[in-house]
Amino acid sequence: MIPEWGNFALILACCLAIAQMVLPLAGAALGRNAWMAVARPAAAGQLAFLGIAFACLTYSFVMDDFSVSYVADNSSVALPWAYKVAGVWGGHEGSLLLWLLILAVWTEAVSVFGTALPRVYWARVIGVLGVISSGLLLFLLLTSNPFMREFPARLEGTDLNPLLQDPAMVLHPPMLYMGYVGFSVAFAMAVAGLLAGRLDAAWARWSRPWTVAAWSFLTVGIALGSWWAYYELGWGGWWFWDPVENASFMPWLAGTALIHSLAVTEKRGAFKAWTALLAIFTFSLSLLGTFLVRSGVLTSVHAFATDPERGVFLLILLALITGGALLLFAWRAPKLRNEVSFSWLSKETFLLINNVLLIVACAAVLLGTLYPLAFDALGLGKLSVGPPYFNSVFVPITLPLAFLIGLGPLVAWKRADAAALSRRLRGAFLMAVALSAGVTALILGVRHLVLAMAVFIAAWIMLSAGVGIISRVRTHEGISGIPRGFWGMHLAHVGIAVFMLGVGVVSTFHIEQDVRLAPGEEVTVGGLVFRLERLYPVAGPNFDATEALVTVFQSGEQVAELKPQKRIYRVGRQAMTQTSIAGGLSRDLLVALGEPLGDTAWSLRVYIKPMVRWIWAGAVLMALGGVLALSDRRYRALRGRAPPAKKLRAGVSG
Amino acid sequence: MRAIIPLFLFAGLLALLYSGLALNPREIPSPLVGKPAVAFIAELLSDPSQRIDQRLLSAKGPSLFNVWASWCAACLEEHGQLLALARRGVIPIYGLNYKDERSTAQRWLARLGDPYAATVFDPNGRVGLDWGVYGVPETFLIDQRGIIRHKYIGPLTPELVEKDLLPRLAKLRAEQ
Repeated sequence: MIPEWGNFALILACCLAIAQMVLPLAGAALGRNAWMAVARPAAAGQLAFLGIAFACLTYSFVMDDFSVSYVADNSSVALPWAYKVAGVWGGHEGSLLLWLLILAVWTEAVSVFGTALPRVYWARVIGVLGVISSGLLLFLLLTSNPFMREFPARLEGTDLNPLLQDPAMVLHPPMLYMGYVGFSVAFAMAVAGLLAGRLDAAWARWSRPWTVAAWSFLTVGIALGSWWAYYELGWGGWWFWDPVENASFMPWLAGTALIHSLAVTEKRGAFKAWTALLAIFTFSLSLLGTFLVRSGVLTSVHAFATDPERGVFLLILLALITGGALLLFAWRAPKLRNEVSFSWLSKETFLLINNVLLIVACAAVLLGTLYPLAFDALGLGKLSVGPPYFNSVFVPITLPLAFLIGLGPLVAWKRADAAALSRRLRGAFLMAVALSAGVTALILGVRHLVLAMAVFIAAWIMLSAGVGIISRVRTHEGISGIPRGFWGMHLAHVGIAVFMLGVGVVSTFHIEQDVRLAPGEEVTVGGLVFRLERLYPVAGPNFDATEALVTVFQSGEQVAELKPQKRIYRVGRQAMTQTSIAGGLSRDLLVALGEPLGDTAWSLRVYIKPMVRWIWAGAVLMALGGVLALSDRRYRALRGRAPPAKKLRAGVSG
Repeated sequence: MRAIIPLFLFAGLLALLYSGLALNPREIPSPLVGKPAVAFIAELLSDPSQRIDQRLLSAKGPSLFNVWASWCAACLEEHGQLLALARRGVIPIYGLNYKDERSTAQRWLARLGDPYAATVFDPNGRVGLDWGVYGVPETFLIDQRGIIRHKYIGPLTPELVEKDLLPRLAKLRAEQ
């Protein structure tokens, strides 16, 4: 019965989503308060029913109800309990349900925290979220129902994909979806603003915390995905420019541009149309990502099972949602006026360059991702675009961008004084150059150009952040008077510096070696001695493995003990290499077990990755910066009282 | 007027994505199906001194001829499936290592496991060209008389193996 309840809850949620779409939007257009008031109960009801549906699916997983096809395809009796729960979003149908549940959570948050917004505007935002929700709920019910039964029921499921049986993979999709879906709020707010013909500073101020929150989640989600690929795929890399990774990275780039552009719109009332367009782009790229991953137009290392019928449905949804928003934009945007001027040397200019670079980077990733498809569609054959393209296009765009991080925050709005700026930053610049030259030329030799760049940029960002903070402390009210948004911005920027340092060091000094070892033998890699002590069988809950005990010595002392495994999962007979990692902030040691060679010897792959964790630490700092900015007093004040009406009208013109 | 540009760009993108959907990468008929295995003489990946030809493919009854490369992400996705199939021992799998480097390819197999009874080394893609290789991975099903019976484009999935390959194989064995 439970799966039928889940199915019924989904149908009710879909009905409520349609009500949430139609009534508030019509009510806002016709000025009917009672219709607009439906927004709140509809959103709450949708959340409740999606929650019930999700609970029902989880129950079916935990109870091993293999009469439900989706459960049978993604679980097995012996699968550990935690992975049965995670299995709920281990496949297409369930992860879509999670997507919708998260959308309902965001909608409810807007409905509860948005009471200070003007009523018509609030109703429109929730109505637009209802459009997205009803579209995807129809998609779920019509093409990918997770509660579909099969008869006779299988006695044993086909198990969750072993690659997904991993703690990081349990958290990765929810985080990623919180980010993807969270951008729907910025999208809905932009569309609501366009409908009203009003995109002003107040609109930007309302959108900012939602955008930053979604962006922080997405940052953590991408970092978790990268961490998972790093140790689970066992290739020692942390980013592969795989279409699925790109699908999550493009909204991140556009979202980063949006955060910066919103700042200009809020503070200066400029870039209005551009900001609205970015909000539309960011969420559309999230939808496009969903389409690319689900439709099977692109093959990827970690794509789910795909189905062309679903692809057509998703494409129609994308056309309606993004196409509709862009049509509205084409109609309304010419009426928006930016009535402010700024000189070429001003924070506005720097943020504009930031936006241009981020969007060019995003377009480069999009091009690389879609190029094989376009090539194929034009009948020119099949090809695959790999890391060489992305690295050679992406890096030259991001380096100037990273350099500007050091400058932008210190430039004044409207018009800055070039002489004063150079006086303030000269010291930081020279110190960064000296540090970079010192580290690379004196200690390591001149050949490490990448490292020199990374050290310079990292030092430059951190030192100029220091200059900015010190001068703010001096001129303002001391440390306690500085708003948290300012700290959040610098923390996120320092996160970029930490990230770049990690990338620079690991790409310069990482060591990878394939070795052949028999028990008792040892090999020296990068000054460390790796000894294969012994091999022994291990039985896991749903797999059998051969485990190797490898001890690592540095100048005679044992520094690590590694236990890589070669697993065979019992149900699918799939082989998996479980890498073993010992590491910390200074370096990671990885050993992966290859294949048996002869009687006792095995092939092993040994990696030494110095400072690789700085990459994810940088991402965590960026997300923390976002959270810190979110806790800024300005946004808390918003909840309590409505902004004065006069301020709202200030941006209306034309 | 400028505000309408994003809409046009988006329409172009939609058209591209739509045509991408219409091109089902798995349903491209091969003119080779029903014809004898295309002749070749090439080195073994594991041993440059040993040369083999297409007769090997049908020497032990039906076999699979799988085109792969270490640079191909989809091959990696498929690899576990091939290993599982090899472990079950239902059908020998021969590999065609397409446009690859010998050392990289050998390392790839050493690291991930080698499901192939033998792998033909085709560094410049000459054999692949004759076989009409369209993308990597591709898999040919060859019967006991050396006739190409089917071609799978793209990675073999568990569903494809269970619902398509094994039934076809059962039919081939019934013919015998």
